[in-house]
Amino acid sequence: MMADGNGSSGIADTGSLETGLLDAGLLADTLSVAMATGGEFAEVFVEDRRSTSAVLDDGRIEELSSGRDRGAGIRVVVGETTGFAHTADLSQAGLRNAAEAASAAARSGGGGVREVTLDGPSGPSSAVIGVLPADVPKARKVALLERADAAARSADGAISQVSARYGDSQRRIQVANSEGLLTGDRQIRTFFSVSCVASGDTGLQTGRESVGHTVGFELFDRVDVDDLARRAAGRAITKLGSVPAPSGEMPVVVGPGGGGVLFHEACGHGLEADLVAKSASVFAGRRGEMVATPTVSLIDDGTMAGEWGCFAIDDEGRPAQRNVLIEDGVLTDYMWDRLRARKEGREGSGNGRRQSYRHLPMVRMTNTYLEGGLDDPEEIVAGTDHGVYVAQLGGGQVNTATGDFVFGMTEAYLIEDGRLTAPIREGNLIGNGPEALLAIDAIAGDFAMGSPGTCGKDGQGVPVGDGTPTLRVSRLTVGGTAA
Amino acid sequence: MTGTRDDEAGLLAIAERVVAMAAPGEAIEAVVVHERETEVRAYEGEIESLTSAESRGIGVRVVRDGRQGFAYAGTLDADALIEVLGEARDNVEFATPDEHCAVAEPDGVPVADLDLYRSALVAHPTEAKVAMALELERLTRSADPRISGVESAEYGDSTSASAVATTTGIRATSRETGCFLSAYALAEQDGETQTGFGFSLGREPGDLDVATAAAQAAERSTRMLGSVKPASGRIAVVLDPWVSAQFLGIVAGTLNGESVQKGRSLFADRLGDEVASPLLTLVDDPTDPAATSATATDGEGLATRRNVLVSGGRLERFVHNSETARRAGTTSTGSAVRGYSSTPGVGVRAVSIRGGDRTPAELVAGIDDGVLVQGVSGLHSGVNPVSGDFSTGAEGLRIRGGELAEPIREFTIASTIQKMLTDLVAIGDDVQWLPMRAAGVTLVFGELTVSGV
Repeated sequence: MMADGNGSSGIADTGSLETGLLDAGLLADTLSVAMATGGEFAEVFVEDRRSTSAVLDDGRIEELSSGRDRGAGIRVVVGETTGFAHTADLSQAGLRNAAEAASAAARSGGGGVREVTLDGPSGPSSAVIGVLPADVPKARKVALLERADAAARSADGAISQVSARYGDSQRRIQVANSEGLLTGDRQIRTFFSVSCVASGDTGLQTGRESVGHTVGFELFDRVDVDDLARRAAGRAITKLGSVPAPSGEMPVVVGPGGGGVLFHEACGHGLEADLVAKSASVFAGRRGEMVATPTVSLIDDGTMAGEWGCFAIDDEGRPAQRNVLIEDGVLTDYMWDRLRARKEGREGSGNGRRQSYRHLPMVRMTNTYLEGGLDDPEEIVAGTDHGVYVAQLGGGQVNTATGDFVFGMTEAYLIEDGRLTAPIREGNLIGNGPEALLAIDAIAGDFAMGSPGTCGKDGQGVPVGDGTPTLRVSRLTVGGTAA
Repeated sequence: MTGTRDDEAGLLAIAERVVAMAAPGEAIEAVVVHERETEVRAYEGEIESLTSAESRGIGVRVVRDGRQGFAYAGTLDADALIEVLGEARDNVEFATPDEHCAVAEPDGVPVADLDLYRSALVAHPTEAKVAMALELERLTRSADPRISGVESAEYGDSTSASAVATTTGIRATSRETGCFLSAYALAEQDGETQTGFGFSLGREPGDLDVATAAAQAAERSTRMLGSVKPASGRIAVVLDPWVSAQFLGIVAGTLNGESVQKGRSLFADRLGDEVASPLLTLVDDPTDPAATSATATDGEGLATRRNVLVSGGRLERFVHNSETARRAGTTSTGSAVRGYSSTPGVGVRAVSIRGGDRTPAELVAGIDDGVLVQGVSGLHSGVNPVSGDFSTGAEGLRIRGGELAEPIREFTIASTIQKMLTDLVAIGDDVQWLPMRAAGVTLVFGELTVSGV
């Protein structure tokens, strides 16, 4: 535990257990109302989120924006049905109304009053934050944007436009349920991104870099925004000389840090227990089977300190954990939320997450990464006759039922005779998850985490991290236009 | 129970109260919204979840000396209003002065009467919504013996009201209702699984068609059974309405004043040029009540209007909000888009293309060798609206000798936005509004690159 002695925000800035949003008695009363007409389970999720964002575009600080969102989501489970209601009114009356609405939605069964008693606060401590963003003068945040703009523009005369964004958020949550759980967390995230446009004879090209961590403003002690800006600029400039991407099946080498999206799409979503339970995943019923090359070990780890997808407790109050999903090529386990774990009669895995108090939790990834291997990254490229090297991946998408997935390449090069040659234009790659996992034929030891991501599922976005070393997939379809 | 503060008059009163607190030399714009939503999900004959939600929010923009500050809160409590105004004011001093930065001025354009609100939806009992979700799940499951499961069957609705007030005299309100059914089916045959969705949209539950949504989900999932990966090559590509609406949304998204002024539009210097096949006439008209995204007022409270973007292949217009219009020396096209948690951006809302005179079947009959694309994935990751690079995952059917042939999947189609617009060779007669910012219609492109085996 530590305090940085800078308590002007009025929020305890120690790593102590965050249970202070609502009084335990009020939470217990609300849960009793939620359970009054029967049900197996009730939960109150309280959230208080403050955020700041600042945008520089076209050489101007366009705006500084402050946001506040606070409320509670209440769910009641009766049989197979979950009833859910939320409210921004955290008074006793507001919570009671929401509890009654959730209870009615869950089709009230039995009757009588169920008293709920909450245990003492429990659970892991929130991450220790060095410098709370709320304590940093706004002028310092804005100054970072101006530095990034100047650095990107001076990187090359062909940079014709720059936008930069700073964002921080403080999310305090509290979870209480009818089984007596009372716990909480405070999650601080800080983010910075730079996007550049380069203009040349070949038209416009873009380059982007972003960094985000579950830390405070001390992020900028170790991240140099000038450097970030120069890299974004360099990416756009490089692409001015790009050739059309090839078309068809070929080996694809993915650079360190860049490949996390590949695993997120190729199998991550397919290992989420809610999709598995509905047989909407190609990985359903395959636990214990060899699903990947024996050198593949895939981990989802919500405890990775400071990473974009980390937290002390998930949004159902369960401590984050490190879960091995694939070990030496064998599918060891899926990811679980409370509802699915309960149906299987097992423990959850700390993967129950939600976008906000307005949403029901579901199974979500945290920080998903492929463990490093033994191959040499340069030899992987040298051993590839003809293919594509992807230095930075864009987003992706998967159909978990078929396993077909795509991901974008935002910086990529041709590999010709074992050497990186021309940069190529943007495009998607397409593959099939189970086939791609078995087609990974090289993994290097140069592990790195990738850029911060927002994972979307069923209309809810949550922050996720990912990471990989350099790896090669022997065959994927590159969706370019060159014959 | 809905309190009076949640109707348009109540919301406008709140916005006016904030605006009335303006200090001398300060312009204020307040946006206030209220929304109720119901969502019912059925699974295997039971209700999986029922959500009843109510949200309120306010966004306040303060402009002083050409600088703006913004703040928002997800509540309309009196103390929050004061806090939001205070934060927005505090944020002003960090912005760079800009002579074009200001809240909108009334422009005298009359607001269309679109009648987007149905009291029938508000009065519809929850039990009836539950029954509809259960019926959708049952019908989807029983639509075809190859349907192995229904991943989700959902009824959803929303009622929303909003108000905008400014110190410059804008007073705008709107309210609307909407509802939908959606089903996501799993089809299985010989150990292979395929998926497909079906939906139905309306302003009130009576507009919804359960049977059509179920049949569509079943048809979309079963038609992909037995699909193969096609060979790579350059061939004719037909986009079905669901796919073309997404493509047109991307195209129209490049035609906004902000992207143009900031050098991020590939059409920036092309006003008045022939940028597309002469077949293409593209219109953005949020005042068309048939559009899912119809709205009578924009994010700054100005009247929305019909804007012709491309006429006979010629680029006619970019859309603007009041700020980009001032910078361009023109007037707003009523195209400010935003939620309460952001400042006004610029964008199209309801884009449609002028339909041709041939049916989709007639268009397919004219193609000797091609593919019909019925689904795309990764538009967000493989399309760059600044450079124009276009590459997307796809699935659909082969076309051989003018006939639809085997189902195909795990391939991409690629080109550039610029080239696709000129490669457009035919447009179907099947223009239809879909749940997105553009209407769909069958489009035929002479040649795109298909990447498969």
